[in-house]
Amino acid sequence: MAVNDTLEGTHHIIEEAREQQDKILLPMHNDFNQELTTLNLGPTHPATHGIFQNILQMDGERIVSGVPTIGYIHRAFEKIAERRPFYQITTLTDRMNYCSSPINNLGWHMTVEKMLGVTVPKRAQYMRVIMMELARISDHLICNSILGVDTGAFTGFLYVFQEREKIYEIYEEVCGARLTTNMGRVGGMERDFTPVAIEKLRAWLKSFPTVMKEFESMFNRNRIFMDRVVNVGPISAEKALSYGFTGPNLRAAGVDYDVRVMNPYSSYEDFEFDVPVGTNGDTYDRFMVRNEEIWQSLRIINQALDRLPEGPYHADAPHYYLPPKQEVYKNMEALIYHFKIVMGEIDAPVGEVYHSVEGGNGELGFYLVSDGGRTPYRLHFRRPCFIYYQAYPEMAVGTTLSDAIVILSSMNVIAGELDA
Amino acid sequence: MTPQDATTTPEAAVAEDPTKVQNARLLARLHTLFGADAFTDVSEPYGLLTATTTRERIHGIIAGLQQDEEIALHFLTTMCGINYPDNVGQELGMIYHLHSLTQNIRLRLKIFFPVADPVVPTLSDIHLAANWMEREAYDFYGVIFTGHPNLMRILNVEDMDYFPMRKEYPLEDGTREDKTDLFFGR
Repeated sequence: MAVNDTLEGTHHIIEEAREQQDKILLPMHNDFNQELTTLNLGPTHPATHGIFQNILQMDGERIVSGVPTIGYIHRAFEKIAERRPFYQITTLTDRMNYCSSPINNLGWHMTVEKMLGVTVPKRAQYMRVIMMELARISDHLICNSILGVDTGAFTGFLYVFQEREKIYEIYEEVCGARLTTNMGRVGGMERDFTPVAIEKLRAWLKSFPTVMKEFESMFNRNRIFMDRVVNVGPISAEKALSYGFTGPNLRAAGVDYDVRVMNPYSSYEDFEFDVPVGTNGDTYDRFMVRNEEIWQSLRIINQALDRLPEGPYHADAPHYYLPPKQEVYKNMEALIYHFKIVMGEIDAPVGEVYHSVEGGNGELGFYLVSDGGRTPYRLHFRRPCFIYYQAYPEMAVGTTLSDAIVILSSMNVIAGELDA
Repeated sequence: MTPQDATTTPEAAVAEDPTKVQNARLLARLHTLFGADAFTDVSEPYGLLTATTTRERIHGIIAGLQQDEEIALHFLTTMCGINYPDNVGQELGMIYHLHSLTQNIRLRLKIFFPVADPVVPTLSDIHLAANWMEREAYDFYGVIFTGHPNLMRILNVEDMDYFPMRKEYPLEDGTREDKTDLFFGR
């Protein structure tokens, strides 16, 4: 290609980009009594808790219109996944909702297991439930305590962050990692719970309720906090459904949709728990729904730990589940399977499967199309916050800037999941 | 399969499977509402009713299913594009997942259309959630949604001049020599 052609192409692109830029930034308000300020909230603003930008038009302190710009940490996971064997995709899911990565990891494994027709033993299912509920608690703790920070209450945040640290220590004991956990394998868990893990879990289950009660007593009926959040950013159930809300945000609007109850996976039907709902879907309801879900998750963990069945922690699926390393050195079959799995020589069945789990902030879905090869033909992630974040401008318009920040942090938008 | 299952006849097993019953009911309702010729390639992979329709019909079908009292598929779970470069005349596709939260029924609808003419009606007038999902499909596959309020790239940079999820674009730069793996074909 000649140099001139390249330049010409670039000019054309730049012109188009400028035209588009003008379209975003300048909604023409020809009212001379009103002077609007354009404010860039983000991409690196401490109150956005992630890298995304909102271009706000402000009339004094009121927000007149808002345009969200996302994609700052887009890493093309769906494209990368088309070149990776199934077991290597777990590391991509880690980096979506990094506040509750075990849910993403195990949700992905369950999708592959559903496609392969592998049944996971009860013990592994219960272990998964424990880890997923721990992840939900840490996700909700971060969201609610950050909401506290945005309303000016820093103490609660530091207080529960100690508890999150303890949860991360349990993760560490179970899988060796803290944030991007890469937990579990296709067919079960990668190892059994160690006695130390059980001990840490039991100790935490004993100490955490006290902390949670204190955290709640700091916020739930706090006059200053309630003035900041009650009736801020409400959304009706109809609007929330139309916007594709799921998870705590939808339940705060009064719709009791929870994937764990409606389409139970990983033995959720064995446990007794309630689905808390709110009434008008405002920031306070979202906060309260998350708090109550933390208690319900604790109930589930207690039941699962008490009734943890004996038995193997992974399915007998040698084609997909890596053999123990000691066996690989001594045993012919183990060596063959190890080689085949690592080199991606085992083909998957042809088909398409949709599986969803209740993620930290909503229905996390995996739509997997397999053409029989070693990698997915197409993998689409249903990322809950990508879908519900588009309601943010509508919720923020008409409020003040400080309210908009509170609404944003109560929606629990995780940049990694938003951009995938 | 347990021994009890083996003794029952296949028909009885089908009749007892609640997913199959539900899917049969949903399919019957689809045929009554929109006519049997509107759907082709009907199958139930992993218990989820899947049907292919045409882009001329898709808007009417999804709007009708949202309004329908009996089935009430009112929740658009997700949509995504797909690319089959070898299907001449039907290279690109859109796949819609619908869900009825009241009855817990899911439906997957597919449409396929040529890559030279990737024009599809928007759903953003039915489901507000479709707005960004369609922008994502445009960004990844270059599907043009007619009637969309703001069809521009959402995740990639605005001056990108190709649609990266199409199969013709390899993940890695094909001219690189340093990553060639002769044995395992990376």
